[in-house]
Amino acid sequence: MAAIRFTACQKSVMNKQRPIHLALHLIKLPLPGIVSILHRISGLMLFFALPLLLLMLQYSLASIETYTQLMAVLANPLLKLMLLGLLWAFLHHFCAGLRFLAIDMHYVRNLAQARNSSKVVMVVSLMLTVLIGIKLW
Amino acid sequence: MVNRVVVGAHYGLRDWLIQRVTAVVMAVYIVSLAGYLLLQTDLDYDVWTALFSSQTVRTFTLLFLLSLFYHAWVGIRDIVMDYVKSAAVRLVIHVLVILALLLYAIWSVQILWGF
Repeated sequence: MAAIRFTACQKSVMNKQRPIHLALHLIKLPLPGIVSILHRISGLMLFFALPLLLLMLQYSLASIETYTQLMAVLANPLLKLMLLGLLWAFLHHFCAGLRFLAIDMHYVRNLAQARNSSKVVMVVSLMLTVLIGIKLW
Repeated sequence: MVNRVVVGAHYGLRDWLIQRVTAVVMAVYIVSLAGYLLLQTDLDYDVWTALFSSQTVRTFTLLFLLSLFYHAWVGIRDIVMDYVKSAAVRLVIHVLVILALLLYAIWSVQILWGF
């Protein structure tokens, strides 16, 4: 493997301190990027919720007393709202994850498909959150 | 001069693959469980515990949870590698996450076989 050699002229161009103009009011994260960062954020949310979810599983199974206790605690609207947030995190992570698997298998081939599938992920995960939320509330 | 091809430690591809395999395991489990629960007309303590007293359900639930913990490890490790610049802090977080996930795994066995 030959090392890349630069001429003195190229080096001076590369080392030049260039002004950087970032038009921050024009730069926006595109929808696939939003889906991607939300995939991370929702994954992190679910990770932090793990001990709580395991505790809920334990209470739901251990005995009829702990089960009743859990149901009484979960009747609290604030907790229900928190669980709804977690439900969205799960559904978004699930849908966005399926999209990433589809991308890995080359089902998403161009920019239009990337944008459309991102839209589908956002809409489907939000709609499922509302639907399941209504059913559980 | 030694012509050495610089490559990584190869755990990248393995973890990438495991993250996807565990994702599929979890997706199949979740869809099956959700489907079963949706079919129940009234879901009470008896139906719930009857489901989880089956050895098959317990086994696949544990498989689901272990997949979840491994999947979470790869995901958290990726996030920490991306945003935490200090090697010392990264090491501490990695150790804490691994210990937490191992404890969750032990706890999961206790939950599933302890009632």
